[in-house]
Amino acid sequence: MTFFSNIWRNEKSREIIVQILVLFFLGWFISWLVMNVNANFEALGKDISFEFLFIPAGYDINQYLIDYNNRDSHLRAGIVGLLNTGLVAFFGIILATVLGVALGIIRLSKNWLASKIAYWYVEFTRNVPILLHILLWHGIIINTLPHPRKAISLGEVTFLSNRGFYIPKPLTESGIELVYLFFVVAIIFSILFAKYCKRKQDLTGVQYPVFWINFSVICFLPLIAFFLSGMPISLEIPALKGFNFRGGMHMSPELAALTFALGIYTAAFIAEIVRAGILAIDKGQREAAESIGLKPSKVMNLVILPQARRVIIPPLTSQYLNLTKNSSLAIAIGYMDLVATLGGISLNQTGREMETMLIVMLIYLSVSLSISAFMNWYNSKVKLVGR
Amino acid sequence: MKTKMLLAGVTAGVMFAGSVLASTLDDVRARGKLNCIINTGLAGFAAPDDKGNWTGFDVDFCRAVAAATLGDADKVNYTTATGKTRFTKLAAGEGELLSRNTTWTFSRDVDLSQTFIGVNYYDGQGFMVPKALGVKSAKGLDGASVCIQTGTTTELNLAEFFAGNNIKYNPVPIETNAEAQELYKAGRCDVYTTDASGLYATMMSFDNPSDHMVLPEIVSKEPLGPVVRHGDDQWADIVAWVLRAMMAGEEKGITSKNVKELAAKDNKDKEINRLLGKDPLQGLSKLGLSADWAVNVISQVGNYQESFEKHLFPLTIKRGMNALYRDGGLHYIPPIK
Repeated sequence: MTFFSNIWRNEKSREIIVQILVLFFLGWFISWLVMNVNANFEALGKDISFEFLFIPAGYDINQYLIDYNNRDSHLRAGIVGLLNTGLVAFFGIILATVLGVALGIIRLSKNWLASKIAYWYVEFTRNVPILLHILLWHGIIINTLPHPRKAISLGEVTFLSNRGFYIPKPLTESGIELVYLFFVVAIIFSILFAKYCKRKQDLTGVQYPVFWINFSVICFLPLIAFFLSGMPISLEIPALKGFNFRGGMHMSPELAALTFALGIYTAAFIAEIVRAGILAIDKGQREAAESIGLKPSKVMNLVILPQARRVIIPPLTSQYLNLTKNSSLAIAIGYMDLVATLGGISLNQTGREMETMLIVMLIYLSVSLSISAFMNWYNSKVKLVGR
Repeated sequence: MKTKMLLAGVTAGVMFAGSVLASTLDDVRARGKLNCIINTGLAGFAAPDDKGNWTGFDVDFCRAVAAATLGDADKVNYTTATGKTRFTKLAAGEGELLSRNTTWTFSRDVDLSQTFIGVNYYDGQGFMVPKALGVKSAKGLDGASVCIQTGTTTELNLAEFFAGNNIKYNPVPIETNAEAQELYKAGRCDVYTTDASGLYATMMSFDNPSDHMVLPEIVSKEPLGPVVRHGDDQWADIVAWVLRAMMAGEEKGITSKNVKELAAKDNKDKEINRLLGKDPLQGLSKLGLSADWAVNVISQVGNYQESFEKHLFPLTIKRGMNALYRDGGLHYIPPIK
């Protein structure tokens, strides 16, 4: 008796006992779940098998980044869906970040009107469920834009209709290699020039307009090559043929609606995160920076934001994760993402709900973990620079 | 096996409980209600009327099974399901009967472990377009945007039809009929495709049905019928014979009006006697049904013809393939003896 009560009174051993108990119950719970699933599957005469992944999917997908036709396998259909998820998450994250950072800074502006507009934007946007944002944008696009036959034409090369946006598609011809080469040269030059300028500034304090010089070099060098090699890029102009536009590049109303909705919704949260990050920096930092004569934009870019970044990045990561996961609501408007292909049509055609859901969950998990890993890496990098 | 078990455990969240131990009929009787899975809303087949009661051709079949097993056609709980969730809901035990214009295919019958008990409506996939589009044939749809109700056999038929005719299209997959209608009306799609019956039902719900038309091509065979879970033959037999009793009613001229009268007297046609419980029907006790099961079905719900005319004639759907064999249709039931 005393032996056991001694063990229980000892803090170390008590900790171990509690952990063993928790582990035991967790294991028991999981094995109960597994057994329950197995029993029910057996009762239903079902088995768990992933062979369906390799039989032809049989259905078409309206947007594919890799070649796909309905003779390809369910696995490939799933990958096409995953890439579509990735595409909308990529555009959404860019839009949300740019808009969110801008709004976060504007919110703190001394301009009363600008700051109030940012305030109302944040409050209105983040208090409406994301699904409504998606449906709203989709509704706006398909109900207000005209039918392709009456499409809004911008200079006869770009068209807006309720079937989406069509822009000219650049087609490369022979001789394009020179343009690529000049582009690479321009990039290398920019990197070296930036390094040179930094060293020069460290040594002498002289500043060059590095950004504008590099920007011009990267823009104009390939442009010169383009004219030298006899303009090897032609444009494929979208044209109305039959029911729809053919040719050119096409952004479907679903992709557009989803990008806008996810970007605009998440931007509201990012704006608050950015604001919090900036406010977390002691005002002495700003005053010190101003007192040595830095312009307001430099104060923000060189002093405040680099320090605020450390506060901003961890919550920003979870916003990126949210955005990516929210993109699965695409199914509401018929955008064919991972959930709509593998977790939707494939599930229905094969009846393998357990298997498809497992795969979809594991994929979302690994995508989220990769974004997390990248942001953690970036966070640690920023931290080192900051301290 | 180990990995399978582990994987299965991970998804406990999507797992379904409820096992199939007691007989389905006992479950239904103990509950006093039939749980029936129907469409989320398709005029003529399953849609709420102005009082909020579910009504329609598929709903009638739920009512008929309730009448046969419980003696009262009103003892039904309705659960709605989209094309995607219906089989999962049936498998999970949310209903004993799936009566939701479901196409009978090999893989659904065999691989999904469920039993199709017959065909109550022969359908086929068609295309609806606005008349203003000026299209006369589905082969003229090259390049069109096509709204599809997803989670059905529709996607596969569509892909095969367009590939077979070497024409391109742009699929817009939509979850429910209601959403697909909205997109079609907004002009997001040139064409709406689903089973022809669904197209007629959808068209009649528009403000101007005459502005739209169903193209002549029917691109698939869609035998629609009620579905039950695999493994309870008694229940499958009950559901199958309720459907046949409704058709036998039409064949023998038994209607909701005259069924009581016919059941009371000795008919020359002994098949009517056996169906209505006047003469013994050998094996009926094995189904666990009372002798007046068919009388209940026909008096409370009506025969096949009555149900069809009540719900589908308003949609301008003709009997066509769905007439009895003697009228040039496909419905031919085994003899009741």
